[in-house]
Amino acid sequence: MVIVLIMILFPFVCAALIPLLYRRLRRVAHLGWFVLSVPIILFLLLARYIPQIAEGKTFIHTYEWIPSFDINFTTYLDGLSMIFALLITGVGSLVILYSIFYLSTKESLHHFYCYLLLFMGAMLGVVFSDNLMVLYTFWELTSVSSFLLIAFWHHRKASRAGARKAMTITVFGGLAMLAGFLMLYVASGTFSIRDIVANVEVIREHTLFVPALLLILIGAFTKSAQFPFHIWLPDAMEAPTPVSAYLHSATMVKAGIYIVARFSPVFGGEAVWFWLVSGIGLVTLFWGSFNAVRQTDLKALLAYSTVSQLGLIMSLFGLGSVGHYFGYAESSILYTQASFAALFHLINHSTFKGALFMMVGIVDHEVGTRDIRRLGGLMALMPVTFTIAVIGGFSMAGLPPFNGFLSKEMFFTAVLAIRDVEAFSIADLGLVFPIVAWVASIFTFVYSMILIGRTFFGKLKPDKMDKKPHEAPLGMLISPIILCLFVVGIFFFPNVLGHYILEPAMASIYPTFPSASELTPHIHAWHGINAELLMTFGVVFVGVILFKTLEKWKPLYRVFSQKYTFNTYYNRMVEFGENSSTNFTKKYMTGNLTHYFVYIYVFFVALIAGYFIWSEAFAFNFVQDSAIESYELILVFVMMFAAVWMLFAKGRVTAMLLNGVLGYSIAFFFVIFRAPDLALTQLVVESVTTALFLLCFKYLPDLMPEITRKRVKWSNAVISIFVGATVTLVGLAVVHYDKFEPVSVYFNDAYKLAGGSNIVNTILGDFRAFDTMLEVVVLLIAGLGVYTLTKLKPRKEEADHENQ
Amino acid sequence: MKINDVILRTVTKAVVFIILTLGVYLFFAGHHAPGGGFIGGLILASGIVLLYLAYDIETVHKGMPFDFKKVAALGVLLATGTAVGSLFFDVPFLTQTHTYINVPVFGKMGFSTVTIFEAGVALTVVGVVVTIILSISEDE
Repeated sequence: MVIVLIMILFPFVCAALIPLLYRRLRRVAHLGWFVLSVPIILFLLLARYIPQIAEGKTFIHTYEWIPSFDINFTTYLDGLSMIFALLITGVGSLVILYSIFYLSTKESLHHFYCYLLLFMGAMLGVVFSDNLMVLYTFWELTSVSSFLLIAFWHHRKASRAGARKAMTITVFGGLAMLAGFLMLYVASGTFSIRDIVANVEVIREHTLFVPALLLILIGAFTKSAQFPFHIWLPDAMEAPTPVSAYLHSATMVKAGIYIVARFSPVFGGEAVWFWLVSGIGLVTLFWGSFNAVRQTDLKALLAYSTVSQLGLIMSLFGLGSVGHYFGYAESSILYTQASFAALFHLINHSTFKGALFMMVGIVDHEVGTRDIRRLGGLMALMPVTFTIAVIGGFSMAGLPPFNGFLSKEMFFTAVLAIRDVEAFSIADLGLVFPIVAWVASIFTFVYSMILIGRTFFGKLKPDKMDKKPHEAPLGMLISPIILCLFVVGIFFFPNVLGHYILEPAMASIYPTFPSASELTPHIHAWHGINAELLMTFGVVFVGVILFKTLEKWKPLYRVFSQKYTFNTYYNRMVEFGENSSTNFTKKYMTGNLTHYFVYIYVFFVALIAGYFIWSEAFAFNFVQDSAIESYELILVFVMMFAAVWMLFAKGRVTAMLLNGVLGYSIAFFFVIFRAPDLALTQLVVESVTTALFLLCFKYLPDLMPEITRKRVKWSNAVISIFVGATVTLVGLAVVHYDKFEPVSVYFNDAYKLAGGSNIVNTILGDFRAFDTMLEVVVLLIAGLGVYTLTKLKPRKEEADHENQ
Repeated sequence: MKINDVILRTVTKAVVFIILTLGVYLFFAGHHAPGGGFIGGLILASGIVLLYLAYDIETVHKGMPFDFKKVAALGVLLATGTAVGSLFFDVPFLTQTHTYINVPVFGKMGFSTVTIFEAGVALTVVGVVVTIILSISEDE
């Protein structure tokens, strides 16, 4: 199944082509039309495998990358990755179609679509990778591309701040996850997720099992904006709306959920896992919905709503993990339903939240504002947008006949079922689950009503709007309409989805259960009057009352001081980090060259001499040394004389020429010791550097007698003596040093292996060619550095660049 | 102030060719005898710098219309290119190969991909050294 590998690479290739073809393509049509073909092709390719996946097949392909470290590019297509890949490509197609009408050709579209394709490829890489290291690479790539997309309008300060915040938090989590992956590797001996799942019994005994679990969860929680890491998601709303719809509601934020789902066969039976995933999920659900109500910006409201819905899905996976604890049994099927509900809601959320984000984008685009205090009465002017908002909003609130209703009912079923579980001491706290879920659902209902009501009902306020509102062009409406059709369609035919898409994914989450179809409930739109339905009635009843009396109880939010929000803590942390690192840097980056040499030399002596002393390597044996000839002695004295004289030289040129004497004497030594290559190099380098020094010194003022305090002079002298002693002693000691394997055995066969009788050059060009290659690159960078420093004047930055 | 540099120019005219020839010779000799890309490049560069010292920049630039920044970039591309190129033959990164071919007139000669790599090194050295010296020495 090399095709999956191609699917990952295809968006990257297209992203690389965009800058090359951009100028030609922009004259033909909006760049988006070309980019649109990428996700559509991928979606169709994927769709071909749906029937086979539904039959329970999985596809695996391994490309050997670094087999010696067990890092291989292994792609794995199963039910779980299928769901996510379909969302990435499906929602991706619709978002790109929408963005064609949303972004004008005046924007730097080539950047936008390049980042978007980069993101798409990275995201596909995350869900298709079987190797943990490859998965991690793609994972961080989604953070990077998300950073670039949030900061797309980088002239705005808020965009840059939001991008940095998202990056800081998600990359922090990513690094934690990397540590977790490495622990898993230590415990299992493999980077392959499938092998880890297969050997889960052995890994569970390992001491690193729980630390790995916690670290991986931090990664998943930061990415999926779980409490208290959720603070980055509202700020990420500075991105263009298509990005918000795509990354920050339908795909990237669900990567954390993917990780939780993917690893639940490994960690599912643990009590820590259950409590953290379901607990944090529930807290996030409540906190997100609670905060969404007070938002005045439509996108911020949707952001908090996304946070809350992600918490809902997360908590469902936590509840579903109980099934792993009990293992396969008639009774545990009941608990696996939570995972099913999670997958179901995952898809539903993508459809209705995607539509809602696009709806908000339309309002923003056509009215000029997203502030609900300035909006109102748009129903008559924008009937299609209004319909989209109602379908999406009602689905979000969990009302029939929309798909959100079905998954919310299943959510209620799951939290009700968990009360009676006799494990992890759930029974003591069992009632908390349904209560929190119910209260959060009420707030969900309220903010959904705010979203629809405050935007489309009430009085029109034309004086507060920047533009004259009118219905959006057809092109912008197509994508949300398609999503709305899914919202309704899934409600009426949920079992098609259940059988073809969700069932194979259930098999990936519960690999030890014999049959996936047993885990797939038949979804009924009408399940009779039961506890869940009564809870829904309660939600609507209380929700309507709260919505009607909103103005009376909204001041409650002001009771919480802004001083104690997580955002304040985050800002303080960033400020502290910036200040302390600036102060610290100022302390040692004095601009005085002598200071820098002191750091370098002290470090050098401490490390090298310290290591030699520690490893007891200062062993000298002069017996075997060859005799010292008289001309060698003369050379040494010449060098010593030059070196000492240099200290007292009055002019720069004198000092430089004396330095040259040192260099040429060393070249003489190379000649004496029969190293013509080194001698040649040394001579030429010495000549060139002398010429360079002379050129530079032309611009420097004359040497001034330096006034340094005695103490400093003495400490410098001590450091110099230590450096000299270290070098000398190390030079004498290495002759007999045997702690490392000598590298020279490599070069014994130089002629046979590399075909060159000049051993120096075979080292440079063959054995250590990697060093040479990088040195060449360093040389180029140094050259360009000198060129830019001397030639290019700093361009004046536009004044508004920083302060907008 | 104009200095009288007739002697320097006359000597340079003769010496530059010797230096450049030596540089090229050392470059090719590198595989079996002292020399190689780095030294060859340095010597070529010092020859060019000597030209710049004897004549003014415009005159030299007429004779050698290279942008030495691009020469350096080309060198790095060659060096990294040979490194990546080995991947296309399904061998590890930076693998070099060599062979002997009978060439008319010269007889049996060794050919090695190291030469391309070393050429990259040499070009980088020439480009960077000349760029640095030029950018420092040019008066405002």
